[in-house]
Amino acid sequence: MAEITYLEAIREALSEEMERDPNVFLMGEDIGAYGGAFKVTEGLLAKFGEARVIDTPISEAGFVGAAAGAAHMGMRPVCELQFIDFISCAYDILTNYVATARYRAFLGCPMVVRGPSGGYVRGGPFHSQNPEAAFIHTPGLKVVYPATAEDAKGLMKAAIRDEDCVLFFEHKYLYRRIKGVMPAGDHVVPIGKARVAREGTDVSIITYAATVYKALEAAEQLAAQGVSVEVIDLRTLAPLDEEAIVATVKKTHKVLVLHEDTRTGGIAGEITARINEACFEWLDAPVLRVTAADVPLPYAPSLEDYVLPQVADVVLACRRLAAY
Amino acid sequence: MAAKAATKGAKTVNGTAGKAALGPHAAALGRDRQLELYYWMRLTRQLEERLVNLYRQTKVVGGLFRSLGQEADAVGSAFALEKGDILSPLIRNLGSMLVKGATPVEILKQYMARGDSPTRGRELNIHFGDLERGFVGQISHLGDMVPVMAGVALSFKLRKEKRVVLVYVGDGATSTGAFHEGINFAAVQQVPMVVIVENNGYAYSTPTAKQTRAKSFADKGIGYGIPGVTADGNDVLATYEVTREAVNRARAGGGVTLIELMSYRRKGHAEHDNQSYVPPGEIERWAAENDPVDRYVARLTGEFGFTPADLAAVDARVQQEIDAATDAAEQSGVPEALDALEGIYADPPRERPLWFREGVRSAVDAHERPEGWGTFNAARGGHA
Repeated sequence: MAEITYLEAIREALSEEMERDPNVFLMGEDIGAYGGAFKVTEGLLAKFGEARVIDTPISEAGFVGAAAGAAHMGMRPVCELQFIDFISCAYDILTNYVATARYRAFLGCPMVVRGPSGGYVRGGPFHSQNPEAAFIHTPGLKVVYPATAEDAKGLMKAAIRDEDCVLFFEHKYLYRRIKGVMPAGDHVVPIGKARVAREGTDVSIITYAATVYKALEAAEQLAAQGVSVEVIDLRTLAPLDEEAIVATVKKTHKVLVLHEDTRTGGIAGEITARINEACFEWLDAPVLRVTAADVPLPYAPSLEDYVLPQVADVVLACRRLAAY
Repeated sequence: MAAKAATKGAKTVNGTAGKAALGPHAAALGRDRQLELYYWMRLTRQLEERLVNLYRQTKVVGGLFRSLGQEADAVGSAFALEKGDILSPLIRNLGSMLVKGATPVEILKQYMARGDSPTRGRELNIHFGDLERGFVGQISHLGDMVPVMAGVALSFKLRKEKRVVLVYVGDGATSTGAFHEGINFAAVQQVPMVVIVENNGYAYSTPTAKQTRAKSFADKGIGYGIPGVTADGNDVLATYEVTREAVNRARAGGGVTLIELMSYRRKGHAEHDNQSYVPPGEIERWAAENDPVDRYVARLTGEFGFTPADLAAVDARVQQEIDAATDAAEQSGVPEALDALEGIYADPPRERPLWFREGVRSAVDAHERPEGWGTFNAARGGHA
């Protein structure tokens, strides 16, 4: 089997799920004839027709809301946000309507809201966001954020089949840089399960999405310095795989939580709190965080590079932990 | 401003009061159906009167929302739907829900936050739904139901089902972004949907004149490329007529219609609201001159030949049903606290209990100083 990109893996998942289930359909801006801003849906209009690949007006609240209504009726809508930054335009519908529907009204919202996320691409404040924390905080939503092409496909298939709304963050830096060979058959990766991206014994890095690769690169450098680093790729942010987090804490006793999202209120704080509650006595050092600075993401390379976590930051933090 | 807006509305309505010629759909209603309209309006009004009593007895847990004076627009419009059609009510559409099969006992249990209420005590008042019977519960964020119901209608279109959606908004909700995005999406997709703007003069305390510069809400249809029509919301047959026309059009593939129903909110936003912002005499004038139930009674007895005894029999049936429902609702229990953790997701089926709520003793036993706590214990082999 040939390698395909992270982006192609997502397209493959969409296409296979649309073939498998006639209830699956796509909505979004410019996803039809144009194939989407990043071409994730390229070719799907020709394959599935206008009824199942719907170009929408510029109205995230409109079509995400419509997805909820269609989902109530047993459809399986997948909404593309042209950039995940625009998910804030659907924040009301997602947090007030969609997230509460099962609880308050016993109505399922089996739908996916997906879109290109994250920085390292010189996209500036409105094309680089990582708004996951706002939604992790909302009971009723699931949040996944894959790092590998295999997971991008497998998690997308799981998300489409899930009975609840899944927010599917796709890291645009990884879209065409990361490739993988898809496992044969119906490749579904369960939501809520983290992955050990690299085994280690001295320090654990808990991370997800693009910073998985920063962690792996740092781990390689640290190995040369005699520090064995374990890298946990969370894959799903809501619900968190607490079991996997506790397991790595009990193994290395020293933890760095790494993410590209801003620092205050980011998921690193939640992970740290859970470690504190669940396995405080297993720690040999304070849990450290490497995150973006608490600023809107700036455009200029010198500014963006300063704000976002870099490999050197991760190496430094791990050395500090190893020496603690 | 308020007085002006409302007076204008009153004139429009009074100009047609009791004299409107029957449209073809309303004219086709048989005697049973004519009387049924009266039953639903009377049931709506009396059920709310019962709720007022329960509210004053503090048996209603939260606020109480009335539709006094708007029963015709709720009942007449919902009456235009068929089985299989789905509506989404607004807070003053108790009548619409009753027409679609919601029962008085469900309404009472909802308001009283009972464990066997439709939402098991999770949501308030008439915020509940049932897809089988054909109504989807609203949320408090006004306008949001327009895109959601556009999606329900989209599913009908995609599956080529001959079903129709009706979504209600108030004059206030037309100012929201969600209203605009939803109706625009629906119009572009030509889904089978009818949007009813109930213009009752006020959004909480804000008069319509402070909500929009448009001369009528129906005019907004032009901007979406869909028909916009205005009708007398206090004339149950006119409401039925205009909605039935739009529903038929939607079912035939004609897309979305925007209907503005003129009415008047005779009670406050909720029962606590003393309506101090309403000009003197306005409410009394509407009650005396343009009560939708009075108007329909006059027509039933004058034009359609029903006797006072016919109507009294309906009234008695309504009273008996409400009494029985009240007894049943009062006997039902409160929700079990742990049910609060159930069903946020399909999977996992429930959230973990709060450790500090498991009971004081067990919580302390388990968490105050469990064996094994401590940062490092060499005697136990470090971290093993």
